[in-house]
Amino acid sequence: MDTLLEILKDLHPDVDFELCDTLVDDKILDSFDIVTLISEINDQFDVTISAEDITPENFNSAESLFALIERLEDED
Amino acid sequence: MLFTSYEFLAFIGILFLLYYVVPKKFQWILLLGASYLFYAMADWSYLVFILVTTVSAYFAACAMEKTYTDQKAYLLLHKSEMNKDERKAFKAVQKKKRWHCLLLILFLNLGILAVLKYTNFAIANLNGILTFTGSTRQLDYLNLLLPMGISFYTFQTLGYLIDVYRGKYPAERNLAKLALFVSFFPQLVQGPISRFDDLSVSLFEEHTLNWQNVSFGLERILWGYFKKLVIADRIVIGVNTIIHNPDQYRGTFVFVGMLFYAFELYCDFTGGIDITIGVAEVMGIRVTENFKRPFFSKCIKEYWNRWHITMGSWFTDYIFYPISVCGPMLKLGKWSRKHLGEQIGKRVSVYLSCIVVWFTTGIWHGASWNFIVWGLGNCVVILISQEFEPLYRLFYQKMEGKGIHLQGNFGWKVFQVTRTVLLMSCLRLFDCYRDVPLTFRMFGTMFTNWNWNNLSGASFLELGLNGWDYLVLILGLLLVFTVSMVQRSGSVRMKIADMPGIIRFGLWYGLFLIVLILGAYGVGFDASQFIYNQF
Repeated sequence: MDTLLEILKDLHPDVDFELCDTLVDDKILDSFDIVTLISEINDQFDVTISAEDITPENFNSAESLFALIERLEDED
Repeated sequence: MLFTSYEFLAFIGILFLLYYVVPKKFQWILLLGASYLFYAMADWSYLVFILVTTVSAYFAACAMEKTYTDQKAYLLLHKSEMNKDERKAFKAVQKKKRWHCLLLILFLNLGILAVLKYTNFAIANLNGILTFTGSTRQLDYLNLLLPMGISFYTFQTLGYLIDVYRGKYPAERNLAKLALFVSFFPQLVQGPISRFDDLSVSLFEEHTLNWQNVSFGLERILWGYFKKLVIADRIVIGVNTIIHNPDQYRGTFVFVGMLFYAFELYCDFTGGIDITIGVAEVMGIRVTENFKRPFFSKCIKEYWNRWHITMGSWFTDYIFYPISVCGPMLKLGKWSRKHLGEQIGKRVSVYLSCIVVWFTTGIWHGASWNFIVWGLGNCVVILISQEFEPLYRLFYQKMEGKGIHLQGNFGWKVFQVTRTVLLMSCLRLFDCYRDVPLTFRMFGTMFTNWNWNNLSGASFLELGLNGWDYLVLILGLLLVFTVSMVQRSGSVRMKIADMPGIIRFGLWYGLFLIVLILGAYGVGFDASQFIYNQF
């Protein structure tokens, strides 16, 4: 989780990612951020996030994103 | 049948009546019949194309769903016998089957769209190349049919198919219901591009007559007609005078025409969408909003989150993301980070995907270089503003340090909004003039032929509009602006609904009379086709 929070902080230092659960709904993360984020996550966690995984439910909070990573790690 | 024709008013009038008279379980069937009739009234032969799209999508979606059910059943049955790798391999095989199915239907439907919409554009380009190389040979243009709204219904259907492929929801097992989703007449000609999971529930469910739905829907229709007939169809005369006579109207007039066109396009497109949403709302059907006060955007990125929202989100979900995160693009990203450095490398895949999306957005709007350059122009502005973001942050921090709080400052917001409107209006010039070189030339004249005297009242009266028309336009646009301002604090219609009955009816009748008396009909006017119908 700490690695993920670091990646997120690099993108938007001004956002409290531990609390925010409307990252997509409130357009805090835009499409450019999401693609950059996926590229970083794929590298750091050795998972493959595909286009079908890009949903507001998966990207609205650091927690949901971490759950997605764990799910993908489990599948791999 | 134009939304602005008397036939359309009669059509929806009869439909509304029948919709609430027929047994509720037949309401959606009535809508399907009405949608096909609406489409057939434009041209019977259009039905062939929409049927091909519907039937192909139906079978493809069912086939894709079958792979999901087979996969689930097989894994359930053989769970204990299979290890993790075997399960993974089995899922990969099923996914490949879905992928082949999707690819086939994408190829078929995009192929139809490409042949009908872009063949003559390709021929024009080939002829240009032949002339350039000195050849006297020219290819003949083909007389191809372009079914009304083909870009809209094709993209809406492909969105549905991709969602089924991704397992977002199951395939629609009723062919007639899918046919209604594809052909639902209010949104057939100019969108919004709906998602199946957003539209289908209210489209197929049974509706009882509800006063709020009817009054809200009729209000929305009336408001759409106001924007279209009173403003857009009036201001278009001034726009056409300027853009069709580029030798006569240059410099200052280009600037005037550019702003006039911004108002025209906004009132034309949002007016059409208001009518679409209103017609659906009378029948209790919820259609996705396509605009959120786009002219109040502070930057171009925000503008595209508020203008033609359903198209933007379609391109993001079904083109931008799949391209950005596909295997080759991720590999390219890794390679570029390694060889070009972290900063440039991480931008390569995002920027390439962005270029593809905006090229596609441009060509989706029309088979011409004007639209391609317009799309790529948007892309360039978005990418530049993306690069400038750290500079903006630094600028704000420095200003804060000096005690100047720009963020939240009203004057600064007005500057940002004006900048965005002007920028978008400049890009829309490509939509106005007949070719790209002429557009650049006319844009240039704004800087070389500026003449303040052209902004005098007498010059405006040369544009085919009289003083009365300008008064109507100014008051009309002020009303649109006021409504947008009020909308910021919540639904205008809810506010009207809370007013005393006499004021409410006064407002409705007032607006109705305004449309009736001031709508652009009669000598010198022609209730024209909606701009987005042509896409």
